[in-house]
Amino acid sequence: MAVCIAVIAKNYPLYIRSTPTENELKFHYMVHTSLDVVDEKISAMGKALLDQRELYLGLLYRTEDYKVYGYITNSKVKFVMMVDSSNTALRDNEICSMFRKLHNSYTDVMCNPFYNPGDRIQSRAFDNMVTSMMIQVC
Amino acid sequence: MADTVLFEFLHTEMVAELWAHDPDPGPGGQKMSLSVLEGMGFRVGRALGERLPRETLAFREELDVLKFLCKDLWVAVFQKQMDSLRTNHQGTYVLQDNSFPLLLPIASGLQYLEEAPKFLAFTCGLLRGALCTLGIESVVTASVAALPICKFQVVIPNS
Repeated sequence: MAVCIAVIAKNYPLYIRSTPTENELKFHYMVHTSLDVVDEKISAMGKALLDQRELYLGLLYRTEDYKVYGYITNSKVKFVMMVDSSNTALRDNEICSMFRKLHNSYTDVMCNPFYNPGDRIQSRAFDNMVTSMMIQVC
Repeated sequence: MADTVLFEFLHTEMVAELWAHDPDPGPGGQKMSLSVLEGMGFRVGRALGERLPRETLAFREELDVLKFLCKDLWVAVFQKQMDSLRTNHQGTYVLQDNSFPLLLPIASGLQYLEEAPKFLAFTCGLLRGALCTLGIESVVTASVAALPICKFQVVIPNS
């Protein structure tokens, strides 16, 4: 169960949501700093001359309270997910499948003719999907 | 997947509709309709560029993206691959299709050559949109020497 989920286009976020809604700024800041780590990972993968690059980037970094995971799509849209550190039950492949669900929902949003690529995501279906992935607080 | 002719019929109607309401037969009016078609193709290309590469792994370089367009995108939309891809390795790519499905029902040879560009505008936008989603700004133009052979030229500035 995620604490915060963000969808980021080239320079700006398309969607950020976090569960404990106080201290939202802290989550926004952490998402911002995680972008640097994402860029690092991508350039490292490029140099490693792997046959192909994976979309799932894995654990980006870890603080004492939270772990941050990343995923990048072929269209350079980044998904960042923050999970409570105390939640050790969540395994890597579960996070991977959560990202895949996010990717599918994002693709659906893109195909919506009423959505202009580059705008903030306001689709309720996307919202509901993200809600199902975030922890319930109160 | 739906029958291929459905898209062809829809496309033909789109072109016919845009030209039927065009009271200004001069070059200004024609260009407007061509850019409307190109714009439609652009939006569709953006969505396709997001949906189609979903399961493929990340592209490593520009040529990979163009190969994806020639194979996966063309197969998804027209049920065939592009016949040839040439490049000068400096940002210009020429994609040639020897039997373009949208031109096939029109003629085979030189008849209707002046009408052909109308039927290529949407596809140019499609290519440009897919490239845009995959992070490449480009200019796509099409040319026809003899139906149904057509060439799409993709120019990527600052390559």
